[in-house]
Amino acid sequence: MIDVIRAGTLTSIQDLGRTGLRHLGICQSGALDTLALGVANRLVGNPSHAAGIEITIGPTVLRFTRNARIAITGADFAATLDDVPVHAWWSLPVLAGQQLTLRAPRHGMRAYLAIAGGIDVIPMLGSRSTDLQAGFGGLGGRALRDGDRLPVSGALQGRDLALGPDTAGFGVKSPALCEFGHVPVAPGAAVASGHDTVIRVLPGPEYASFSPAAQAALWANPWRITPNSNRMGYRLAGPALERTEAQDLLSHAVLPGTIQVPPNGQPIVLMGDAQTAGGYPKIGAVISADLWRLAQARLNANLRFVPVELKDARQALIEIGQYLQQLDLALQMRRERLARRP
Amino acid sequence: MFFSPQVDAIDTPTQAAVLIQPALMPLGDNALVCTFAPPATLATQTRIWSVAHAARAWPQVIEVVPGMNNLTLVFDPLLADAAALGAQLTAALQDADENQSNGNIVEIPVHYGGEDGPDLEVVARHTGLSTEEVIARHTAADYVVFFLGFQPGFAYLGGLDSSLATPRRAEPRLAVPVGSVGIGGEQTGIYPAESPGGWQLLGRTPLKLFDPSRAAPSLLAPGDRVRFTVAGGRA
Repeated sequence: MIDVIRAGTLTSIQDLGRTGLRHLGICQSGALDTLALGVANRLVGNPSHAAGIEITIGPTVLRFTRNARIAITGADFAATLDDVPVHAWWSLPVLAGQQLTLRAPRHGMRAYLAIAGGIDVIPMLGSRSTDLQAGFGGLGGRALRDGDRLPVSGALQGRDLALGPDTAGFGVKSPALCEFGHVPVAPGAAVASGHDTVIRVLPGPEYASFSPAAQAALWANPWRITPNSNRMGYRLAGPALERTEAQDLLSHAVLPGTIQVPPNGQPIVLMGDAQTAGGYPKIGAVISADLWRLAQARLNANLRFVPVELKDARQALIEIGQYLQQLDLALQMRRERLARRP
Repeated sequence: MFFSPQVDAIDTPTQAAVLIQPALMPLGDNALVCTFAPPATLATQTRIWSVAHAARAWPQVIEVVPGMNNLTLVFDPLLADAAALGAQLTAALQDADENQSNGNIVEIPVHYGGEDGPDLEVVARHTGLSTEEVIARHTAADYVVFFLGFQPGFAYLGGLDSSLATPRRAEPRLAVPVGSVGIGGEQTGIYPAESPGGWQLLGRTPLKLFDPSRAAPSLLAPGDRVRFTVAGGRA
């Protein structure tokens, strides 16, 4: 069990999300930074799709009721285990009764906690993720509250111990330090704040229906993430994007990463909890390899969109795959080294 | 200058029988959107449902999402060949039978009026019909599920008798009860969950439109046909 002493702003149980059900109006849910959850799971010996905890903004305090191996990835929340600092992107053993505190993100937006065995809530429609809009999955279909108790599967206890009995734990290079493919410099980024997040975008199906000025503005301007943003979508503020063809669209599928533009001209980037159908023109789509970076962009920070080609999107994904392969190899070598110890 | 959103590597067969020429566009690096020229017709929509059903079995296809007059495939961006998938999709849409729907027929019992349908009188006044006639016309029609969205299990139904069209409420309700059956403009639909909503509520069904604990979580699927019936009296 994990006791939720203090849940924080928005903390929920998530795995890699629900798939194959969008035609029934069922959204993906799941960790918004799937890369961080996938790494956290690997660091405790879980399959990457095991359920963990997504912590948004914090502050969150958790207590472990038995010895376990945990990992913390994603945004650096200046975590402490019984007042001892814990690095981000770190795997470590915890003892029964120890308390983990995640105060607030020093940068980024969401942290992920994985525990060996995974959070053992009942899977709904193929996933343990919390669908916060429809109110099912995770723990009672809702965000965690103070006093919740989270069951942990004991199935993988043997395997997590193979990652080492040492108390110091071990870490992994954060993906934020990796480029994953070529990241072009955004126009104007040199004069912009260093906190801008560069996001690679493919022009969307209705890109050509926007005015030349709107097309240029999409790439040239910083787009502020307004506080009216959530797990469904980031509502952005900037110059109004106008269409030259005002023809209305019939309802169509939208996906996480879709950048749609409602009539007020202020784009919305859809996230994991977005509904499955939309009617606004789609000026672009964030490449799959950058969805995790988008998930870590903070409220009131700026996004910088840069246009890329399909081959760039593909190369970035390949490099993420290589990063994960290297991690798997390193963990395997660690297990083998520990197994040879007398 | 940038990647062109048009998939130009896809050839469509040029046989005389070809009636449709859908436009194929990528949506990001993991989806293809196939859009038919307007107007939306039941014949085209029937092709879409039929291909959507088949495409679920295609390798590397993760989601198949019908929209209104369009169909979106989501695929594995590393394993799938988008151009080949697009060609397969176009060919399948050409070959599909526009008269043959494989959807289910679903009967939905509705308790019309009273507390369950607080706006039945409003619709009667607006349309100039008696409440009995509103119910008769609402239950007489055959509806089709064009697609789902907005909420899990929420079906966009076509087929409302145009004489029943009634504008939405000026002030949306903060909480429409689950199972409420309403009219919003020229559309009718069923609320699968309690939610805010502005539709005129005619009645309520005891059926669960969405239940995540069921193997088939949504009562309705794209291509299904729906009939509303007057529910029997309550115990």
